[in-house]
Formats: sequence, C-alpha cells, structure tokens
Amino acid sequence: MALTHEEVRAIAHLARLQLTDEEVERFAGQLSDVLDYAARLNEVDTSEISPTASVLPMNAPLRPDEVRPCPPRDQLLANAPDPAGGMFRVPRVLELEP
Amino acid sequence: MAELTDLSMLEAASALRAGDVSSTELTRACLDRIRAIDGDVHAFLTVTDDLALAQAEAADRKFKTRPGEELPLVLGIPIAVKDVLCVEGVPTTCGSRILEGYRPPYSATSVTRLVEAGAVILGKANTDEFAMGSSTENSAYGVSHNPWNLDRVPGGSSGGPAAAVAARMCFAALGTDTGGSVRQPAAFCGVSGLKTSYGRISRYGLIAYGSSLDTVGALARNIADLAPIFSLMAGHDPLDSTSVTDPVPEIRLNGADLRELRIGVPKEYFIEGLQPEVETAVREAIDAFRGMGAEIREISLPHTDLAVPVYYLIAPAEASANLARYDGVRYGPRRGPGKYPDDYFVTRGELFGDEVKRRIMLGTYALSAGYYDAYYGQAQKVRTLIKQDFDAAFKDVDLIACPVAPTTAFGIGAHGDDPLSMYLEDVFTLPANLAGIPGLSFPVGFDSDGLPIGMQFMAPHLKEAQLFSAAHTYQSATSWHTSWPEL
Repeated sequence: MALTHEEVRAIAHLARLQLTDEEVERFAGQLSDVLDYAARLNEVDTSEISPTASVLPMNAPLRPDEVRPCPPRDQLLANAPDPAGGMFRVPRVLELEP
Repeated sequence: MAELTDLSMLEAASALRAGDVSSTELTRACLDRIRAIDGDVHAFLTVTDDLALAQAEAADRKFKTRPGEELPLVLGIPIAVKDVLCVEGVPTTCGSRILEGYRPPYSATSVTRLVEAGAVILGKANTDEFAMGSSTENSAYGVSHNPWNLDRVPGGSSGGPAAAVAARMCFAALGTDTGGSVRQPAAFCGVSGLKTSYGRISRYGLIAYGSSLDTVGALARNIADLAPIFSLMAGHDPLDSTSVTDPVPEIRLNGADLRELRIGVPKEYFIEGLQPEVETAVREAIDAFRGMGAEIREISLPHTDLAVPVYYLIAPAEASANLARYDGVRYGPRRGPGKYPDDYFVTRGELFGDEVKRRIMLGTYALSAGYYDAYYGQAQKVRTLIKQDFDAAFKDVDLIACPVAPTTAFGIGAHGDDPLSMYLEDVFTLPANLAGIPGLSFPVGFDSDGLPIGMQFMAPHLKEAQLFSAAHTYQSATSWHTSWPEL
C-alpha cells in the first residue's frame, strides 16, 4: 500500500510534527516500504493466539502511600526553556472573551 | 607494565588492589587516550573530566583505608555511559537536539549502583537518536567510527560505548538494548556485550524508547569483566515496577564443565544474505563448543523472519507514546512563533531527526483508529508466536547459538536513504527482545577485511548465568577477545 501525501500529513498532524514538503514526499515512500513489508504479518493465522503486550505477567504493584522527598522546584525548572515565577511558562492556550 | 589502558577491567582491579596503580592514574590514562584518539573515533558526546577525577580520588582514598578484597571490583574503574542513561547534572541528550542542554536532576538506578560501588564516570557515549538505529548514523551529533576501520560504522545504537571499549578509552561501558543495540555494536567492534533479561535491571533513569522491549546492558573487553557489572546493576528497584524481584544469581566463572550443556543452533539464522565468513566463523565457534563436550542440536525457530515486521510496528508504537513528552515545555529548547499549538509542531518538527520522525509516524499510524487491529494488534499476536518458538526450543536446549548480525560492520552511508534495508540487518537480534530473554555477543573471528565477527548466545528468561559460564569457558580457550585495533 502506498501512503498518499495527504495521509502522511494527517499522521504527522496526529503526532504533532511539522514536516516540510520534501519530508512529506520522502517519508511517504519510506513509510510505505515498511508498511508493505509489514503486510506479511496478515498472512499468519492468529485467530487462536493471544496478544503479548509484555513478556512479564502484567500486574500493578502497590506501595504504601507515604510522603517522600522530591527534587526541589528550582532544580526541576532549571531545564525548562521558559521558566517564570516558579512555573513553566507556555503560550496562551485559551482565548479570553473580549 | 604495558599501557594502562591495555589492561582488562579485572586486571586493572587487581593492579589497584596490589597498589601498582591508582584510580587517578587509570582515569588520567583513559582521559589522555580519549583526548588523543576520540577526534577520529567520536565515541563520546560529553567527557566528564572533573567528575571522573573527583570519583577517582575518592576511590583511591577507599583503597588506602580498607583492604581491597572487601571492596567492589568496579571501585576506581573508569567506564563510559551511553547517553540515554541519566547521570545527575551531566548533559544527557539521547543523541537528539530535542534534549540539547538537558541536565537530569537524578541518575539512572543502573548508574547509581555502579557509582555507589565506586566506578568512575568518564563521560557520555554516542548513540543513535533515542537509541533508534543500528549504526550511530542517526545521532544528531555525528556518527561514531569503528576503531577497526574508521570508514565503517561501529554499529548501534550503543555504537559510542562499543567503540570506546574497543579503542581502549574505557574499561567497560553501559549500553541499552531494545532490538540489538548492545549485541550488534559489540559484534561490529569485537567486544563482549550483554543484553539482560527484560525486567532484570531497573530502567529508572533510562530515557524510554520501547517500554516493553528496553533493557539495560553492558559492554566490556571480555566476559569476565561483564560479570561484576551485571551483578551490581541487577535486582529489583522500587523505582521501576517492571524490575523483577527474582534473586540475582552469583556468576561463577571457574571453567564450567560443558559436557552437560545442550546448545541449539536455529536453522533460520543461517540464511541467504548471511556473509559467508560470518557463517564460517560462527560454525567454527560452535564446533569449538562441541569439542569442549557440549551437545549441539539443530533446532527451529520458525517465526524468526517475522521478527522484523513485528518489531518495527511494536517499537515505533511504543516510541510514539513515549516521545509525546517532548513538547518544548519542561526541558529542551522550544522553537516556533510563541503560539499554541504551533510551538509543539515546530519544536518537534525541527528538533527530532528523520529516523525518530519516521518511527513516531509509523507508530502513530499503527495505533490509529481503523488500523490498530491490522498492524499493532496483529504484531502483538505474532510476537506471542515468536516467544512460543523460544519456549518450545528451551525445553530441549540450554542455550541457543547464532550469528549476531548478517554481516560485519558496514560502511558509513552504505544504507543511504533506505531505512527498510537497515531494519532488515536487525533480524538476528530482534527476537530476544520480543521474547524478553537475555543474549550475549562475543567475538569469534575476523573477516578478510580484518573486521570482527560476533556470535550470540541466547538463554531462557533470567538465565544470564548460563550465558556467562559457557561464553567465559570459550574465551578461556580462545584469544579472539584479546585482539585490539591499532589506533
């Protein structure tokens, strides 16, 4: 199957990736190659087979709910591109009513 | 004494205990060698001179106050850490521009356990971006070069660690293996590399790629050097709920009797496309095990050829979720016009490399509505078949022996702009990750171009001790692991 440019742009949008036109063109071919190759999986009869999400038994271990120290705020903010007033500053997400 | 950097890790540990050398001298020797040759090899992304010398001085103080036999074997030993494992305060980039300048506020548990035992951290070693690749060509900070031939890749994604060990810039290195990323570079660089069982070593502080596949491992100049590193890192960590609580076995390397050992040789691993010299070297090594008394059986792992498509759907699917966190808000640079949501698109579009973008998109597609069952769901079911192949095989054999990679180290740029051809190179290493079992790569010869050839052992889940004892017995009787590149 060949992915169209529109499909590549739609996938990139879901993944929050801005692509150039050149990238759309190139990735369309490369991703189609991989998906074509992966199509052989559909020739395998798996009607009686359970999926493996993890090789370990999936359990959700519990621990006591105790207060423990965590790194100080300034240390965690030190890596942020735009810290301000002890917080992560981000572009406005909600437009206010006039 | 020969050059200090020519010692194996255990030889260096003995020299430290005998007082023949100090950790400071070992560390300076490694730092000098990095300065001398890493301009050509480019194994390191960051060299932590000051940290290393401070750790070395602390180690030397311990040797003065306590007798050496009570101290951990890694005390005072300079090592490298793959740049996907966090070291507190040290730049950790995952080979990506999107983490440029990131200094983690904590260390990975695997790193902490070695540092607490006194290991000396020389620096962070190169990797394909987010460990996605088989050559280090996907590092945003430039390719590493194979010390045996600088025009060849060192393999990947732990190519920096493998090149650093092979070129004797460090005594051992920490790597990670999600689809072969310890074993294949170990083979390409002629060193020994351990992929541990899924769950054996904590992944706290390992920056996530494919969470059902990621494992921490190590590379060293021989099997015996790997054992104390494994023993220190292994074991449950409350900070990683996927780390198993099973006890860590003691690794005994005292010339195991191989006469009880049954080694399976899977016919699906000796296929068209396998470089003839690789097949010859691997078969000769298998013959050597037969000569030492092991029973060799041909076995079948019938779903082997499906490991590539299964892996290249499951790993990208997990990666697409894991890498959603890189949004230019909490760490890394932010790009864009200062508007929502544009900044997300521009930051990720500009700062992720091509291979990372491809895998995020493959995973996004495989998980998207209407395609989930056909791609991700079906891949998870075929993964079950691959795991069942191993479960059946290990009823009859203790170990599986096979090539690590179809060829020796390929040329830089050889796979051009054809990612699928690169993925197909991973066919012999992916199955162990999909099944969660441990693997060990060790040198068994050279091709006519003088490039190392590796063989792989695989064992049942949590049976690392079996890998160690058989491979160590081989290295006790052979000398491939004692050859080093001239640099």
